[in-house]
Amino acid sequence: MPLNWFPLWLSLRVAALATLISIALGLWIAYLLANREFRGKQVLETAVTLPLVLPPTVLGYFLLVVLGASSPLGHLYKWMFGAPLIFTWQAAVVASTFHAIPLLTKSARGAFESGRGYEKAAQSLGASGWRTFWRVTLPLSRRVVASASLTAFARALGDFGVTLMVAGNLPGKTQTAAVGIYDALQRGDTREARWLVLALSAVVIAIVYAENRLSRRPVAA
Amino acid sequence: MIAARIAKTFAPRPGSAGFSLDIEFQARAGITALFGTAGAGKTLAFDAIAGFARPDSGRIMLDDRILFDAASRVNLKPQQRNCGYVSRDESLFPNMTIRENLVFAADRLPRLERHRRVNETTDRFQLAEIAARLPQETSPSERQCCSVARALMSSPRLLLLDEPAHSLNAPSRVELYRLLRKVREDFQIPILLATDQLEECFQLADQMLILRDGRIAQSGRPREILEQPESVEIARLLGISNLFQAEITALDPGRNTSRLRFGEYDLTGTYFRGHLLGDRVWLYVHARDLRIAGRNGVRPEANQIPAKLLRVSELPQAVRLEFSGDISVELPRQEFEQQKDNKDWLVEFPPAALRVL
Repeated sequence: MPLNWFPLWLSLRVAALATLISIALGLWIAYLLANREFRGKQVLETAVTLPLVLPPTVLGYFLLVVLGASSPLGHLYKWMFGAPLIFTWQAAVVASTFHAIPLLTKSARGAFESGRGYEKAAQSLGASGWRTFWRVTLPLSRRVVASASLTAFARALGDFGVTLMVAGNLPGKTQTAAVGIYDALQRGDTREARWLVLALSAVVIAIVYAENRLSRRPVAA
Repeated sequence: MIAARIAKTFAPRPGSAGFSLDIEFQARAGITALFGTAGAGKTLAFDAIAGFARPDSGRIMLDDRILFDAASRVNLKPQQRNCGYVSRDESLFPNMTIRENLVFAADRLPRLERHRRVNETTDRFQLAEIAARLPQETSPSERQCCSVARALMSSPRLLLLDEPAHSLNAPSRVELYRLLRKVREDFQIPILLATDQLEECFQLADQMLILRDGRIAQSGRPREILEQPESVEIARLLGISNLFQAEITALDPGRNTSRLRFGEYDLTGTYFRGHLLGDRVWLYVHARDLRIAGRNGVRPEANQIPAKLLRVSELPQAVRLEFSGDISVELPRQEFEQQKDNKDWLVEFPPAALRVL
């Protein structure tokens, strides 16, 4: 019987999308936390850390409540795309994104804050906030951002609990590799489980190796 | 010209004592040193002027532009203030070459003009040789020179230099001072220089503001301030070592003399204007103004005090002698060589050198 590689491809696609969204959203939040004083800053700080520590089932439950068909956000999604979000592979992207964002936000914020002196210099030279970000802040923290993005990707790839709760376990539709391994073992299909485990391990080891190399290079640009 | 009145208070919090800055000053074209120890508020003052810290109250005018005015709620962004700012930490962008750093600062100019300005600056500051290097491939003094050059790219109306020499060794400092004197001549703008080095003030500053605990304690020409500090705290800040408590026992404006009781000795000085008989005052004498003599059994003459020599230390051009009673004397090495075999010592306080606070 040919192996079913669909869960692996879906996982890679979901993780890639989740990482992209996390980079955009995570860097924005990191920038806000590093540079602005606003009301609710501590709430945002806490909210960004929560996915790291909350049990996945709890996070999944919250997401179900917030994104479910009867919630305002769920309605909005259905109105925009014509179908509910829950139990689709897109829901898996949302789940993975939530798991990946804290990793990016935390490291990027640190990097942004350590570049404060350079930002001040850029601004006193007349550069706008936007230009300062693209020409100075981001290039100076690109190593940190790249390494955090890799970790975030690995993390998104391995998400199990939250994905299972909001995207379900629909083979060929929403079944990601992490969920697929569990499912295969439950069915007694050790061959499929074994291959998925090997493939997932290989990808993650490669990422961690790349990330270590990235962070070991000298800091100077 | 810059005219600033800046007040900002940080309330005490657990782990920090709180701080309040309240200063008012004006500075014309030329170098004005903001002299003070760490924590005196120099950087905060600069941040307020450059637009990185918002004062609680006050007003900052640069030429005829209002940069900040609490009353009318004007608070220009740093980008709009036209202040060159060389911060204490290295601030050249490490991801750009020296030339790219300069180009970044000229970004708002049209292409040709930008090119011309960058070339002009590399010529003026002799950066052509290192223009293609990254900052970390150049020496600290080259980096500092480039920071100053970059801050001047956009023809600012004011230049802020926050301890520009703090990471430089002695020869590089001399080089930097030469560069800053040239900048003063060429640009004719007010230059504010934050420093904790008295020597830097004497090397560079036309005017000097002494900042202490967030207040301007005294202002004037460096020489004048050193000659006549307004309080004993300022005298200590300036490193004046011979500060003694004394009492005025006689005042004679006609003969331009005064007498001071200092411990068990009487000293004669010039007439101390503005003081009264019986005043308890601080007597101070610059270490280089004191003289020494061997006692050799003779009675001390007027204004000579017997003292025990405790320590001799070498200075670059002189010798520093520390005597009992916290008296320090600096004198040229040859002069000391001639007298070094003395067993007992007399320290002579020349009448003209005595000053009181």
